[in-house]
Amino acid sequence: MNVRRLLLITVASFFWEPTSLAQVSFERILDANKEPENWLTYSGTPLSQRHSLLNQITPANVKNLDLQWIYQARSLQKFEATPLLVDGVMYTVQAPNDVIALDAATGRIFWIYSYNPGRAHPCCGRVNRGLAILGDTLFMGTIDAHLVAIDAKNGRPLWNTTIARAKSGYAITHAPLVLKDKVIIGTAGGEYGIRGFIAAYDAHTGKEAWRFYTIPGPGDPGHETWEGDSWQTGGGPVWMTGSYDPTLNLTYWGVGNPSPDWNGDVRLGDNLYSDSVVALDADTGKLKWYYQFTPHDDLDFDSVQVPVLADIEWQGQKRKVILWANRNGFFYVLDRQTGEFLLGKPFAKVTWASGFDQKGRPVRVSGQTSSLVGTRIYPGNPGATSWYSPSYSPRTGLFYIPAWANSSSIFVKVPVEYKEGREYAAGMPKSLIPFDWSPVPNFRKEEEGYGAVRAFDPQSGERKWEFKMADVTEAGILTTASDLLFSGGREGYFYALDARSGALLWKTSLGAAVISSPMTYSVGGKQYVAVNAGNCLFTFALRQ
Amino acid sequence: MLGISACIFALAVSALLVAQQTHTGSGSEEGKQLFVANCAPCHGPDGDAIAGVDFGRGKFRRVSSDGDVLEIVKAGIPGTAMPGFSNELTEVEIRMLAAYLRYLAGTAQTTSAPGDAVRGKTIFEGNGRCLECHRIRGKGSRVGPDLTEIGSVRRLAELERSILEPDAEILPHNRFVRVVIQDNVTITGRLLNQDTFTVQLMDSQERLRSFEKSNLKEYVFLDKSAMPSYQGKLNPQELADLVSYLVSLKGMGSR
Repeated sequence: MNVRRLLLITVASFFWEPTSLAQVSFERILDANKEPENWLTYSGTPLSQRHSLLNQITPANVKNLDLQWIYQARSLQKFEATPLLVDGVMYTVQAPNDVIALDAATGRIFWIYSYNPGRAHPCCGRVNRGLAILGDTLFMGTIDAHLVAIDAKNGRPLWNTTIARAKSGYAITHAPLVLKDKVIIGTAGGEYGIRGFIAAYDAHTGKEAWRFYTIPGPGDPGHETWEGDSWQTGGGPVWMTGSYDPTLNLTYWGVGNPSPDWNGDVRLGDNLYSDSVVALDADTGKLKWYYQFTPHDDLDFDSVQVPVLADIEWQGQKRKVILWANRNGFFYVLDRQTGEFLLGKPFAKVTWASGFDQKGRPVRVSGQTSSLVGTRIYPGNPGATSWYSPSYSPRTGLFYIPAWANSSSIFVKVPVEYKEGREYAAGMPKSLIPFDWSPVPNFRKEEEGYGAVRAFDPQSGERKWEFKMADVTEAGILTTASDLLFSGGREGYFYALDARSGALLWKTSLGAAVISSPMTYSVGGKQYVAVNAGNCLFTFALRQ
Repeated sequence: MLGISACIFALAVSALLVAQQTHTGSGSEEGKQLFVANCAPCHGPDGDAIAGVDFGRGKFRRVSSDGDVLEIVKAGIPGTAMPGFSNELTEVEIRMLAAYLRYLAGTAQTTSAPGDAVRGKTIFEGNGRCLECHRIRGKGSRVGPDLTEIGSVRRLAELERSILEPDAEILPHNRFVRVVIQDNVTITGRLLNQDTFTVQLMDSQERLRSFEKSNLKEYVFLDKSAMPSYQGKLNPQELADLVSYLVSLKGMGSR
């Protein structure tokens, strides 16, 4: 090879190869909106609005979206991960725990790191929802309850910390959250009688820095909300990524159902902090405040939804709030400094509660409880929404919810005994809408359940518009600075709506259910939108 | 489940079971699936294939409570062909199964006359004109439900009710819809699938049709079954014969 040719190749490489311009500092993550071409944390920014400032794709040109590339995962599990995007390189997870680095412009693979999990008990699929990054290090929670650090350049593992005992039912399925020099993670296992927690680990060493138990132990406030020893197997899993407000230095996390599901007879009391949002000091993990959405839950209403932080006008004044569409069917606005309950209104059909008392505690409807003979209750066990992300657009001021409308289950409770590592679930709710992740023939009428994107005004709790789907949805929502909204559903459509009106502007059929939350990025001046459907990751951009 | 030697049960507990049978409809479907997969191979879909045991009439032996049922399902009956299912089924599944047994007891068969399946076949293919809509082992119309395996999945009482009161229960996969396309042409057919933008159906000519909803002038579910009622059109013996024939249909392999 002569010198001139070598020089040409070198120059070409400089232009063609994605280059990591700088390490991903925590400051970059905090200011992620200053570099909307990247996607540096699970929900885009620590505020978790899943709203991008990219605006190349607009309501006027979105009809020209074209498929760019597909990554077909070597996995038959649900593909739930939201990718990270750092300076032209995409990082995602192929279930259960293969980390993949891709050229974000072509989909070509740079490297794959395959983690081989040990025996694990994830309740609902061997899934993973994504990664976190800090510096040149990626972080992944595994289904056997480890936290693994991986070199983002070459895919080599750097450290591996055991978070909890997988044989007891602990698992990790969500993307970690990086806060300063720590990695925050929680544990799933609400169907196995775990004692849930959220913990922080040193990003360089993997050493635990603090731990917050979602089920308070003896002597801690809230312990009295558990009868007898029920707290020891009380669940309170954490299986979705939290959020962070740097001005308050608080991190917000949703907590899942109390164990056992569907039968609260063995755990009388409110069962704190199950089905709550907890606000923790980011440096110490100390509880600042909490709000419990469903006290003494017997309906499996995990409150793990991504906390969406927004600054909105509230009764004439700016207010720092959390917007929360809960699995229990209510849409909430909470003050995120104090936890004060500001608003709670149904966003779907709800029969288990009639409203709220003055302190924001839900008022249960008599008879609307899980029972030995079965009780039909709205929303059903899958919830009126669940883990798939909502979105808030500061431009439209609207909060967008992926919703299950008219969905119900017959809730049956049975006795159950705790045995370590065995399912600790005391019932079997039956829903007309099947749990399934492939498009299956749909014979249902609208009154039997359908999916929708519903847009709400946080100031009033009023619904502004609805986009109906014939089948339900487990697809998250992305909004952009051009007032576009991207989402999908179980039918396998991926579509763009006008975020102001809900009008359908573009759609394509991906052939399998969208069970993921879309994201957007830009490489070489071209905006892409990425989403998973079935086993594949699809990317779209404007036709050249 | 409750295999061959469940015939050792000897006590009718229908009153107890019926009293608790408020958990109906879809709540029993889960148990039904468990029953069909685990119990029906020995006990039959009606639970009456073992002499002396008839779940559809609440007839058991050795059983006086739900607790007894649960114990026998879990542990089986030693020295008999009734196996225990504690390793195969979860506690919850066993309880769902018990709930289905309650459902069976609460919806006991209503036909008393013994039927003749051979005569029933003649009615089905002759005066009953059932083949105009239904299909059995490759013979008949595809527009209505294929009944080749109906005896494995539907109980006698359910079949009788479907013949006399076809509107009483229409399973979701047997729903019919009506669409009106351009030029006000109306097409009625069995719904095969639908999504946000399209609908798929089988029309009366057995054609598989797919429509863009945005092109339709009308798209509605039919509340009534497309099947006529045979109330008053069949005498009790003919009804029993027809039901007996349907019950005998266990799939392609049976004759």
